[in-house]
Amino acid sequence: MAPRTLFEKVWDAHVVHQEQGQPAVLYVDCHLVHEVTSPQAFAGLRMAGRKVRRPDLTFATMDHNVPTTDRSLPIVDPISKRQVDTLAENCREFGVTLFDLDSPDQGIVHVIGPELGITQPGKTIVCGDSHTATHGAVGALAIGVGTSEVEHVLATQCLLQSKPKILAVTVNGRCGFGVTAKDIILSIIGRIGVSGGVGHVIEYRGEAIEALSMEERMTVCNMSIEAGARAGMIAPDEVTFAFLEGRRHVPKGKAFQSRVEFWRTLPSDDGAQFDREVVMDAAEIAPQVTWGTNPGMVTDVTGEVPNPRDMDNEADRQAAGRALKYMGLEAGTPIADILIDRVFIGSCTNSRLLDLTEAAKIVKGKKVHSNVGAMVVPGSQSVKRAAEERGLDRIFTEAGFEWRESGCSMCLGMNEDVLNPKERCASTSNRNFEGRQGRDGRTHLVSPAMAAAAAIEGHFVDIREWS
Amino acid sequence: MEPFKRFTGKVLPLNRADVDTDQIIPKQFLKRIEKTGFGEFLFVDWRFTPEGEPKPDFIMNDPAYEGSEILLTGSNFGCGSSREHAPWAIQQAGFRVVIAPSFADIFYNNCLKNGLLPVVLDKGIVNNLSARFEAAPGGALSVDLEGQTITTVEGEAHHFDIDPFSKKCLLEGLDDIALTLQHESKIAAFEEAHTIS
Repeated sequence: MAPRTLFEKVWDAHVVHQEQGQPAVLYVDCHLVHEVTSPQAFAGLRMAGRKVRRPDLTFATMDHNVPTTDRSLPIVDPISKRQVDTLAENCREFGVTLFDLDSPDQGIVHVIGPELGITQPGKTIVCGDSHTATHGAVGALAIGVGTSEVEHVLATQCLLQSKPKILAVTVNGRCGFGVTAKDIILSIIGRIGVSGGVGHVIEYRGEAIEALSMEERMTVCNMSIEAGARAGMIAPDEVTFAFLEGRRHVPKGKAFQSRVEFWRTLPSDDGAQFDREVVMDAAEIAPQVTWGTNPGMVTDVTGEVPNPRDMDNEADRQAAGRALKYMGLEAGTPIADILIDRVFIGSCTNSRLLDLTEAAKIVKGKKVHSNVGAMVVPGSQSVKRAAEERGLDRIFTEAGFEWRESGCSMCLGMNEDVLNPKERCASTSNRNFEGRQGRDGRTHLVSPAMAAAAAIEGHFVDIREWS
Repeated sequence: MEPFKRFTGKVLPLNRADVDTDQIIPKQFLKRIEKTGFGEFLFVDWRFTPEGEPKPDFIMNDPAYEGSEILLTGSNFGCGSSREHAPWAIQQAGFRVVIAPSFADIFYNNCLKNGLLPVVLDKGIVNNLSARFEAAPGGALSVDLEGQTITTVEGEAHHFDIDPFSKKCLLEGLDDIALTLQHESKIAAFEEAHTIS
């Protein structure tokens, strides 16, 4: 057989039916569901008299629209409450496992999947959420879809999908001190652009990627959609197997060993062909800060706000000009001189135990700047418990951070956690779109360590030189 | 899904690249559990002040473009979140076609599932058309999915590509769940042979 890529191996193993000129009927091993993109899908099933084909492969949680304050209190917004209640009713009616607000396993859908071991190498995973790519960190093919496709997967356990192209992003060498997985992915997006991955699945490769922990790999894959890619994948290896062993949904004992044997066959073969390749040098990556209104508008912390006049073409000049106006920034301002009002540490990009640990190291024994309001929102109840066992919550609260319950929170501000107009936020989330964190709010995407240091200083600092 | 028929409709040029789904329909409107009620919130932060007053400098508020059925816009349209509320909002605001040099993948699929036709045309053509509809507001284009052409009133026709399966589903208003369930025995056989741990 010709050498194949990781993607091709997973794809080929899941094609149920393929006709010339038509999308493949692709089998879905795992379907993750949340409250925002599923109600109309369940309603569609009900109207057509259809069932969920594989409730045993379908897992639901509430994350986008849930309060991060006291969980013993009712949800204040009646429309949010109706959406959350609707998911509970749908799961009951259709027999789907639900990790609800009271569950010790509740959390952001892309945090709990890997945590529970539902996410595994070689699986096809679908969720009505664009950050589904996160699960590709273990070597799964994880695709984000809309509500119609959620309904299709619920009814058929299959997804109609045209075969994407494959983009290899190879990051050679090792990252310097203070440079994190978030900086790697932001600098990749800065390089290939927010549409650089459209029509493609990205396979991240190279020494700098192999050196990442499982949680860091999730940060990288998570933002594949921010480059426009349908999915991101990283070859499973010893790091992956060690991460998965012992997790609830992962087979135990001999069965685990036999899965590992299979997982070892998944990495791209030598000589496998990619449709495109981008090569980067990890040593050249500096801590990244976005300055504009999409994740491709990003620069080094040592840099300055760019001048739209210096952009290559008229469209970019206009977009940059609009972005600077929205962000309230002057061209030429050093990034380190940008003053911030808020700090958000959380989201499916950066809310895992490692992220909170890295931020806590920076914060320990210091105080949040008097001009800054800062909050930490753990990705799941499990992350929250683990962080509390290690005393991270006290480090944060003693420094002046708020310590919240798990959820998507201010990444998208569907609940009460929003920026006020013109407030400027150093955020560990994934999107700096206009209004994303609140109408007229201004978002700068950074790593957890960079966000933590900005909270202390009240402006961005180069974490490599800060003490 | 309603079958897609050929029609001639007024064009709204929105000359911006990378329009994300947070702009198309912001998060506070994603709490509804129905598929309806999104049209009035399309591009809400660009259309209205926080007090709800129309912003006169946003093109959609120019009365000359009222009743537009074709949205002509920049590349990578619909990037970001997978929210299908975005095509619902566009459709419920009266649009039947979105023309752009390129689309984000999830958004493109979401359009197809709802009978909103996404048309990819060369960037040069889109820029040229956009300039013309900005200079002379209220102009129209004809859309023929069967023949895969967009035609100006002057008779200048532009071919567009669409995969044959999506074209058939749109033209006939087919339910793709029913189509997939025609392969039920193959799905069952696949499940029998396939290991999921």
